[in-house]
Amino acid sequence: MAASLRELRAKIRSTQATKKITRAMELIAASRIIKAQARATAAAPYARELTRAVSALATFTQVEHPLTTEAENPERAAMLVVTSDRGLAGAYSSSLLREAERLVEKLHQEGKEVDLYVSGRKGITYYSFRQREMVDSWSGFSDNPRYDDAREIGAELTKAMLAGQVGVEGDDSGGPKDDDSDEAHDVPAVDEVHVVFTRFRSMLVQEPDVIRLLPLQVVEGEEKPADDEVLPLYEFEPSSEEVLDALLPRYVQARIYFCLLQAAASELAARQRAMKSATDNADDLIQQYTRIANQARQAGITQEISEIVGGANALADATAER
Amino acid sequence: MADDLLRVEVVSADSEVWSGDAEFVLARTTDGELGVLPQHAPLLSVLVESVVLIRGEGGDTQFAAIDGGFISVADNRVSILCEQAALSEDIDAGEARQDLERAQSDSDDEDAARQVRWAEARIEATEKAG
Repeated sequence: MAASLRELRAKIRSTQATKKITRAMELIAASRIIKAQARATAAAPYARELTRAVSALATFTQVEHPLTTEAENPERAAMLVVTSDRGLAGAYSSSLLREAERLVEKLHQEGKEVDLYVSGRKGITYYSFRQREMVDSWSGFSDNPRYDDAREIGAELTKAMLAGQVGVEGDDSGGPKDDDSDEAHDVPAVDEVHVVFTRFRSMLVQEPDVIRLLPLQVVEGEEKPADDEVLPLYEFEPSSEEVLDALLPRYVQARIYFCLLQAAASELAARQRAMKSATDNADDLIQQYTRIANQARQAGITQEISEIVGGANALADATAER
Repeated sequence: MADDLLRVEVVSADSEVWSGDAEFVLARTTDGELGVLPQHAPLLSVLVESVVLIRGEGGDTQFAAIDGGFISVADNRVSILCEQAALSEDIDAGEARQDLERAQSDSDDEDAARQVRWAEARIEATEKAG
């Protein structure tokens, strides 16, 4: 009996230690969410102004740009999966990867091949374990993305997209492009770019979401400008083409930055929730173990008393018989 | 009064660097220097790595280093969009010089060249302000 009492106490102690750790992680995640949200708010003006500029351009010019033109028959799509670097965030990564698999399935059904671009160590492990080839991957910033990270990813995806457009232009017959013509690029050409990330709806709700990043659909929620806010007739310097050339890649980067920030906030919220329930479970376990330990302790005492009483009685009987 | 002032916003990718009313804005576009006074025609233009001058109401002047980007002018609203921006008063000139030296000694790829131009813009901003 005493041995099991010792075992129980050891269990209680180790559960208490675990609880301290999960509690600390919960608090860290909670404080970081606030920072992540502040960053998302701080990034909002840039995205807003950029969207205004792009929609002004799109409204007043008829410029064809490779990044906005739909391929006639898209046959290759890039998928950027934004996952976390670390686990301990409940179902965060697995539900995101499930969404990604759904998108792959859908794209395959549409007859498109899928190139994988992965951000976050969890996603990288997932795909490398399944021996699925990734074109490129990034990690190390999932809970604290910087704009530079978004720029790197954006540049890579834009390059892939532009490589695809060059292929189309080079093939005047208008049919499917010759694959061998642009196989020389170090990035495989794609006709579309999709992003799978987790949208931060609120502290309690984060949903995996898919957006099609490229070709750009500039109608960002606000369609044409509302009647009361007529977009002015802009002049473009040096020319609308050059402004568009400079503007669109930045717009893509800003969108990716937005996705990374959303994913970071979601990851932290998911981690906070997971760690909170881990702490609660630890509390429950400690309580259970304490009850069993108390029971064992009392049973031990009762047994000792009855042994002493029994021994004393036996002794008393023995002396009385003499 | 509100008609005679420009509402200026300097916005970088991760924050709003400066916003307020101004009488005059001077920026350097790919085509050359561009001065904006109130009632300027709507304009969207590409900026190079440079220093933007903003003369506020009453003559106090702000200098902001930017690493390229855009300027959009419409209805007396001026937005300067760039990936990185810093006001002269927030720039540590010594740090910028160190950055410049480090970037210059780096390999001459595109990224390093951008770092060089950004560091130069920051140094220029502190010199103009000082």
